[in-house]
Amino acid sequence: MGVGIQVEHLNAWYGTTHTLQDIDVHIPANHATALIGPSGCGKSTFVRCLNRMHETNPIARATGLVKMGDVDIYKDASPVEIRRRIGMVFQRPNPFPTMSIYDNVVSGLKLNGFRNRKVLDETCERSLKAAALWEEVKDDLKKKSGASLSGGQQQRLCIARALAVDPEVLLMDEPASALDPVSTSKIEDLIFQLKSQYTIVIVTHNMQQAARVAENTGFFLNGKMVEFDSTHKIFTNPRDKRTEDYITGRFG
Amino acid sequence: MSLTQMTTNSESNPSEPRSTVRALDVPLPSAPVTTGPAMADLPPSPVRQFLSSRGSGKIADQAFAGLMLTCALSIFAIVIFIATILVLRSKLSLHAFGFKFFTSQAWDPVSGDFGALPFIYGTLATSFLALLMAVPLALGVAVFLTELCPKMLRAPISFLTELLAAIPSVVYGLWAVFVLVPMMRDSLGPFLVKTLGWTGFFEGANFGVGLLTASIILAIMILPIISSLTRDIMNAVPNSQREAVLALGATRWEMIRVGVLRNSRIGIVGAVMLGLGRALGETMAVTMVIGNHAEINKSLFAPGYTLASVIANEFSEATGDVYLSALIEIGLALFLVTIVVNTIARLLVWAVTRGAPARVA
Repeated sequence: MGVGIQVEHLNAWYGTTHTLQDIDVHIPANHATALIGPSGCGKSTFVRCLNRMHETNPIARATGLVKMGDVDIYKDASPVEIRRRIGMVFQRPNPFPTMSIYDNVVSGLKLNGFRNRKVLDETCERSLKAAALWEEVKDDLKKKSGASLSGGQQQRLCIARALAVDPEVLLMDEPASALDPVSTSKIEDLIFQLKSQYTIVIVTHNMQQAARVAENTGFFLNGKMVEFDSTHKIFTNPRDKRTEDYITGRFG
Repeated sequence: MSLTQMTTNSESNPSEPRSTVRALDVPLPSAPVTTGPAMADLPPSPVRQFLSSRGSGKIADQAFAGLMLTCALSIFAIVIFIATILVLRSKLSLHAFGFKFFTSQAWDPVSGDFGALPFIYGTLATSFLALLMAVPLALGVAVFLTELCPKMLRAPISFLTELLAAIPSVVYGLWAVFVLVPMMRDSLGPFLVKTLGWTGFFEGANFGVGLLTASIILAIMILPIISSLTRDIMNAVPNSQREAVLALGATRWEMIRVGVLRNSRIGIVGAVMLGLGRALGETMAVTMVIGNHAEINKSLFAPGYTLASVIANEFSEATGDVYLSALIEIGLALFLVTIVVNTIARLLVWAVTRGAPARVA
């Protein structure tokens, strides 16, 4: 089961650039939440603050409260513990090129010292099935490298890798932006199925995508969250003029 | 609109391209109305005139390719040339000793009996010992520089490592004679006997000069090459790989192991090979501290001799044709050792990485 995320007064900086300004939002458990907005508005920084990837950049800094369930992720836990519970899928597929498909999927478990072959095998199959990749790769799990797959397959492999560690929250930073329409629709179907078990936060440039997969949508502009509401409300009757302008394509 | 412009410009018959556009079912404004007058108003474009006046560059391209091919082939020519000269000049010794030259331990200029085995042993033993010491250290330096080092320290440490590589080997030799040799004799040697004496590698008289001292100086000499190459390779690992590992909940060390070291392992082997190449051929510093005694001894305190050292030491005083020829055959042996070691290393890499691609996407 997923867990909700409560964000209060979140501020983030890259060097002297104030990338996120005072974000307050509640991301509900077991729902898909889409984040939309023009390039450079802070969507990616926001999701990277949720699993503390933001601070891996030496010039980056963040303040504020982010609570995952009851855990204040910046006070009560180390980034390593947080990232074990919050999976992430990146914009560009980044499978491990020196590992087989199998090793890619179970890499998170192996990292954490999991050695039970039977459980690893089961997890690999379950994750690849959940990521809708099983049928395409089941015959050469250990023969082929993760990098030998096509772009869309690589991205689904990365989703399988994130799912294998059974996270409570899954962050997806424009997971389909580098993919063709067929792969994109596969990944959207996937998100639709996964959200019953995980809390999903998806950054996207594609507003149809947000409308298709997410119950809630947040609109970012210049480092601020302009509006956060149910996807239906955002796309049919937004409160803010700027949201309406963006949705209708008048700018951005 | 832009599509119609392009087609009407490139084709002499405007009706034909327009029909293909229609076939694509793209709603386009009728071409003559919009493009016709607009095109006529424009002055002739100087850029287009310039570009169309340039040739295809076919001849220059072919000449360039030919020149590059010559450069590449010159490598083959040099290798074959060196090997031929070595074989021709060592004919005398090749005839006299045959293959036995590589397995015989004799080195007796007086009676004219020569064998290369002690030198091959000395070269291989010192080089591999040097690798054993230098590789972990170099990897540590590279990992620290790329992954852990505060930005402020990065430039000075990099500069110092590269400075180490620029010191001439005779200076290393001098330093070894005046610092390393007494240290080995008085403190390091006795310490090794006490702690690792049971292995049998530290027996017999310890005069400070010998295989171990030579290996240490070699290790110091190849350290900067291996570490700076490894650093460049690790820097080239895309950040997305590091993030992929971190996002799975990896600690910093796990991130370095899985995200960085694993992805750069082939490059690291290449860097180690270059270091080994230098160790195998290094002459001056080794000659100054290895003891120069043609003998195979298990103890690392014992004096030894390397292929390169014996050539440097005895070439100028080689009397007699067979003696000279034997020294040249030693050169041939060094050539062969280098080739064999490199081949084995490549086979190793191939065996380890079979099935997995070499590069990070």
